[in-house]
Amino acid sequence: MIVVRPKPLDELLGFLQGHKKILIIGCDGCTTPPRGLREAQTFANLIELAGKVKGLAISPKAATLPKTCDSHIVYSTMANQLANVEAMLSLACGIGVQVLNEVFPGVQTYPGNDTIFNGMQEKEGGIFDERCRACGSCILGETGGICPIARCAKSLLNGPCGGCFEGKCEVTFNREKHDCAWYLIYNRLKELGRLEDFRKFRLVRNWNLLVGPRKQVGVY
Amino acid sequence: MRDKFTPFSELMKKIAAGEFVYTGELEPHKTTDISETIEWARTLKATGKITAANVTDNPQSTACISSLVAAYIVQRDTDLETIYQLRTADRNRLALVSDVLGAGALGLRNILALTGDHPMVGDNPEAKPVFDLDGTQLIALIKQIVYEGKDPAGKDIANPPKINVGAAAQPGADLLEMEILKIARKADAGAEFFQTQVVFDVHVALRFLDEASNLGVPILIGIFPPKNYGYAEYFSKFVPGVTVPDQFLADLKKLSSISDKAERKRKINEYNVDYFYKFIHEIRKKPACKGCHIMAVGYPEVIEPIVERVEKGA
Repeated sequence: MIVVRPKPLDELLGFLQGHKKILIIGCDGCTTPPRGLREAQTFANLIELAGKVKGLAISPKAATLPKTCDSHIVYSTMANQLANVEAMLSLACGIGVQVLNEVFPGVQTYPGNDTIFNGMQEKEGGIFDERCRACGSCILGETGGICPIARCAKSLLNGPCGGCFEGKCEVTFNREKHDCAWYLIYNRLKELGRLEDFRKFRLVRNWNLLVGPRKQVGVY
Repeated sequence: MRDKFTPFSELMKKIAAGEFVYTGELEPHKTTDISETIEWARTLKATGKITAANVTDNPQSTACISSLVAAYIVQRDTDLETIYQLRTADRNRLALVSDVLGAGALGLRNILALTGDHPMVGDNPEAKPVFDLDGTQLIALIKQIVYEGKDPAGKDIANPPKINVGAAAQPGADLLEMEILKIARKADAGAEFFQTQVVFDVHVALRFLDEASNLGVPILIGIFPPKNYGYAEYFSKFVPGVTVPDQFLADLKKLSSISDKAERKRKINEYNVDYFYKFIHEIRKKPACKGCHIMAVGYPEVIEPIVERVEKGA
């Protein structure tokens, strides 16, 4: 899933001031927490209310798209809904916001979220963890299905580093220590009877595969 | 690369000749004035027991004077050989090649290849972390530069530097099996010596030396004679992977309560000399142990007596 976080209301009002007819567009695709029609409606209510408080006459409506990253779906679903719409606010990830701007260049689409990372919610509780950096050279086959590029703070290929102790990383998030990815990898490979994969020295990698803008041509 | 090895430095020449070696540690700060560091290097040199001293590179990810520059100045002004510490946390492969070549041109003969702490734990936590290479890959890179005269892309390097490369190890790791596999990788990458994190408990050092004995890489065990109880307590409470024996803490606490300052100092010195003499006496019986890395920061007076007792064997 693509993990997103709502932008602060003040920032959204900054985008939208000067516009009256606003369309808030959710996305039923891969954003998490969900950003579908229900959330679009909630955003619309919030923005209308906040606009009133600030003396802005914003009149938002809500809609949603099945997959904002597909330009064909976006065009066929939205083309006849944009009469009089002055601006759009997309609740999709950063890709969706760009697709809307490209497909409908006459109406500016603003981001409703900050897109944070590709991850998952390990268990209920609203905590999302990064899982994939889309690094272009997947080594999950050698690391017991645990990604050191996304889950090690240093993206080490020969970890853990000296900052790992009792399974925790030296880097903290909200004062809580992360699990050390290489500690997890060690335990997983041990469980699988494949410690020779842990022991293996991994050569320097090509970080260019992570340098953008990236393009994939005709390979499916 | 583990089969390629020439002793270029005094440190490695002594180890290759079978001598038990001692190294010290210098920590230059966030300043252009390294007179304090030079003074400490002179003190280490004057003990006559220290073969080389590490010069730390942005320790704990705090931005300090370049360790390359400090290592060079120390070596030039004091004639004490240095072990230039180099982290991959702050440099990509181009910068690492530049610094390794620079070190060679300045006559530095040892590098300790480190990954380094994450910038987020340091004094500029918003810095972009680099980690183009990790510490193990840096070992391999230095070996490639020195023995093959090639940069990471395979481009020729004219007049390659003559540098020996070491790596760090953690005898007190909570999973020793994992640590041994990790340093086995470093040995595969070409590490020519290991210097370890501080050890107080001799059993921890002996167990590590046994487990690491088949790697065939000389190991220098790190020690830190504490000049007062506070240092020992700090290691015990706050440094992950360092276990300070209860008896050691209790003894030092008792000695720290002696009210006469000179007497207190004398007793603590005696205790440290006795404790670490026995410690070294035990560890040097292990074939993998080729020396001791003494981090007696601000506490030079115990170095000479400890080493002399080890040499006398009593």
